[in-house]
Amino acid sequence: MECVIGVVGRDFAVVAADTSAVQSILVHKTDEDKIMLLDSHKLMGASGEPGDRVQFTEFIQKNLHLYQFRNNMPLSTAATANFTRGELATALRKNPYSVNIILAGFDKDAGASMYYIDYIATLHKIDKGAFGYGSYFCLSLMDKLYRPDMTVEEAVDLVDKCIKEIRLRLVVAPQNFAIKIVDKDGARDYARREIGGDSPAAATATATIATTA
Amino acid sequence: MIPNLSALENHFGAAAAGSDDFAGLFSADAADQLALEFPTCNDFDGFQKATKEMVNNKKGTTTLSFIFDKGVIVAADSRASMGGYISSQTVRKIIEINPYMLGTMAGGAADCQFWHRNLGRLHELANKRRISIAGSSKTLANILYSYRGMGLSIGTMIAGFDETGPGLYYVDSEGARLKGSRFSVGSGSLYAYGILDEGYKFNMSVEEAAELARRAIYHATFRDGASGGCVSVYYVGPDGWKKLSGDDVGELHYHYYPVQAAPVEQEMAEAPSAST
Repeated sequence: MECVIGVVGRDFAVVAADTSAVQSILVHKTDEDKIMLLDSHKLMGASGEPGDRVQFTEFIQKNLHLYQFRNNMPLSTAATANFTRGELATALRKNPYSVNIILAGFDKDAGASMYYIDYIATLHKIDKGAFGYGSYFCLSLMDKLYRPDMTVEEAVDLVDKCIKEIRLRLVVAPQNFAIKIVDKDGARDYARREIGGDSPAAATATATIATTA
Repeated sequence: MIPNLSALENHFGAAAAGSDDFAGLFSADAADQLALEFPTCNDFDGFQKATKEMVNNKKGTTTLSFIFDKGVIVAADSRASMGGYISSQTVRKIIEINPYMLGTMAGGAADCQFWHRNLGRLHELANKRRISIAGSSKTLANILYSYRGMGLSIGTMIAGFDETGPGLYYVDSEGARLKGSRFSVGSGSLYAYGILDEGYKFNMSVEEAAELARRAIYHATFRDGASGGCVSVYYVGPDGWKKLSGDDVGELHYHYYPVQAAPVEQEMAEAPSAST
């Protein structure tokens, strides 16, 4: 089942999400990217119905680009979060999008920030959070281990602990995870945690896990 | 000792027993209580249908497609069923969108056929050139997304060759669009995946790839009652698609599993003739 996790550190934010595309009991693919780069300094990790997820995140992304072209400045993370919430709220009483979102971004003035937005258009500013079945296993872990002044390595280590716990305790645990990061240098891929699938990285990961276990 | 009679209880409770639907069927009298446990819901048929649809809603088909180093292979069975009735054994589930692109259909045949034909025409009219695989699958996904929740039932793969090389996308009526190197769709897809995942390599000859696809579909038709008929296999390379084979699954069965002369366990003895 889908898991999206986010952590804000001192001057960066980390977003991790599983990369499985699942329909009932069938795994369609294990390398589906669920964390979208909205613009140079924003990450949107989304879970939900596959159609809605792609349509909605692309819609938000394109609107941010449009804003940037028109005004020659990007939307701040807070503004993006409120815009996203607004769009979900308008759709809610018509044909709601079933998407839950962790939005992370870095602004020059405000630094790194993260927002929790769910499909019923709830908006929360958070510094750690998770969606999906995985959240039951990692929220407590994050409550215990999170510190606001974490370094990138510490934050990724926390995310790794969450992934490990999910794989240990969740029946329908996804095989692979993608971790992305956003800081003053922009939003980018950070790492992948893979134990299955087709990619060559997964094959070596399986080997390393087998040796460490 | 009190015997455990919980299986004899009916779970509809007083409310159901009193309702008009079940009047006479479930009376409170202990004398004609049900011996079998009934499911704890009022609409069992609906429940069963919902369960079946949850597990797999693109019914009655096996289709598959995969990318390998020489191009793309697309294969499908050819059975059309309406519930338990097999309405045709010669359906063409692989739709030739243009000389470089194929679509497969699972789910509502009319829905699939209509939108695929539309897709090829729409784009050629609009752009006077061949559409990319990514572009056409996105167009289709957007159309399907706009009709979402209105009863369309489509599980399709768009496969082919364009300027960027081989392409393969899975698109369904729930609006999902997935890029991948290996997909199977339909009620038999789980069986087909078994063969496909076990035998798939990126480096294969076209013959090897076609054989893998054929076997995967054959094994799916063997286990899945709603799939059958013929296995058609297409190959799409840089020079467009080519139909490689169309074999009856019955013939394939005897090809893969030739009849073995079984040792006779007991010879029937000559019956003593009544006349002598």
